[in-house]
Amino acid sequence: MPTFTGYRRESGRIGIRNRVVVLPVSVAASSIAERIAEQGGSSVVATPHQMGTSQGDAAREQTERVLVGTGQNPNVGAALVVGLGTEAIDATDLADEIAANGTPTEALSIRAAGGTKATVEAGTDLLKGLVGETDEARRESADASELVFGVECGGSDATSGIAANPAVGNACDRLVDDGGTASFSETPEFIGAEHILAERCVSEETRDLLLERVEHRESLADAMGVDMRGAQPSPGNQEGGLTTIEEKSLGAIAKGGTTPIRGLVEYAEQLPVGSGLVLMDTPGYDVESVVGKVAGGAQVIAFTTGRGSTTGNPIAPVIKVTGNPDTTTRMASNMDVDASTVLEGESVSSVGERIYRTLLSVADGTLTEAERRGMAEFAINEIQPRELAALGEPR
Amino acid sequence: MKGETIDDRALVLDSDDTVATAIADLEAASSLSYNGRTIELTEPISFGHKVAMEPIPVGEPIRKYGAVIGTAAEAIEPGDWVHTHNCESNRGRGDTTAAGVSNR
Repeated sequence: MPTFTGYRRESGRIGIRNRVVVLPVSVAASSIAERIAEQGGSSVVATPHQMGTSQGDAAREQTERVLVGTGQNPNVGAALVVGLGTEAIDATDLADEIAANGTPTEALSIRAAGGTKATVEAGTDLLKGLVGETDEARRESADASELVFGVECGGSDATSGIAANPAVGNACDRLVDDGGTASFSETPEFIGAEHILAERCVSEETRDLLLERVEHRESLADAMGVDMRGAQPSPGNQEGGLTTIEEKSLGAIAKGGTTPIRGLVEYAEQLPVGSGLVLMDTPGYDVESVVGKVAGGAQVIAFTTGRGSTTGNPIAPVIKVTGNPDTTTRMASNMDVDASTVLEGESVSSVGERIYRTLLSVADGTLTEAERRGMAEFAINEIQPRELAALGEPR
Repeated sequence: MKGETIDDRALVLDSDDTVATAIADLEAASSLSYNGRTIELTEPISFGHKVAMEPIPVGEPIRKYGAVIGTAAEAIEPGDWVHTHNCESNRGRGDTTAAGVSNR
């Protein structure tokens, strides 16, 4: 069994980074959260976002689920929640929810603290205590089976489905063979390939749920009377040779590998540990999709890109894999694994082995190119009012 | 790599496919040898783009990865570039649903 070293949390889970996160409850606290995090040193990150004010129940619950899941991710050693004090989501309640799994958590209200300056000062003080606590954590050995590996694609082109996605899929197969969990998502990119995924579901229940979710995403286009083709595939995808959503999807699903599909969870719902291949129902927008899987407990992400992407995440290392030889050269400083060798004859399995070794090494502490460059995008998916009105809330 | 490479310049991913993917920039009038046939390109095909390997009549499915990726919007000849101008998606088509036209 391959092993790596990580930080054992009180929850029993193992983190591969030892971060302290400053979580704003809403957009209104986002700038101050960033300001506080800047005072905290290299282990401290903030998750500024646009949600959390004036959201309907379903959308607000989703925002809350993402924030709690992010705070409880095992890569997080401690969390500080900051709110303006007017949000429907209360900062103290959110901090309590995060602390429920044993994560040391503090909360601050900007109004109660007395404005920007006072909140930054109070936050900086609280951070000192939290950073002190997390600094005591030491890496210990853990089995690969404890890894939850999220896979994502963004800026796809024709090489994605031929080289990078099958190679990442091979790494997923290796992790699943070793007892771990792999997860891929982006439900709009199942459209046209759902019949293949449906055949791989282990239960009728998962199969029905998968088909229902694909139908839901596709019917959004119907409900709005629009043709999805302007956005799926995107103009960039089209320039890269992808013609239809069916073609994009057939290439996209390769990144999950070939093992049976054991379940499908909601956006930002917890991904079970040691459970093989599990899907998550997320939008196609890559930043929101990565954030959903990290809130679901993924410690590490692989992100395939044909045309080139620099996206990272504040909580989880993001490993970039490209199958495009031009992108390999042009964006070398943003890429971790070159899968374009598949086009020259290297086997998918051989590249998959390289990706799996990179995964274990990153778990062990090796920084990804996105981490080295401070790439830390964070965005929470919003359930659109029109989506709710047209179709009712997804369950 | 899954599939069959043609002269290191194109790739057919499944034996049922009616298109190949260029893995180099291909020039017009250059040719690809596949299954004992020679297919002459009617136009240049950029890296990553698709070339028809079979005649595909209008309205017929176009296959890649051994699956249907769309429908021919016009008659396609072997050697033609296959992209959004002649291959239409059958999915996510709220426009046709709204117009009462089934595209499935």
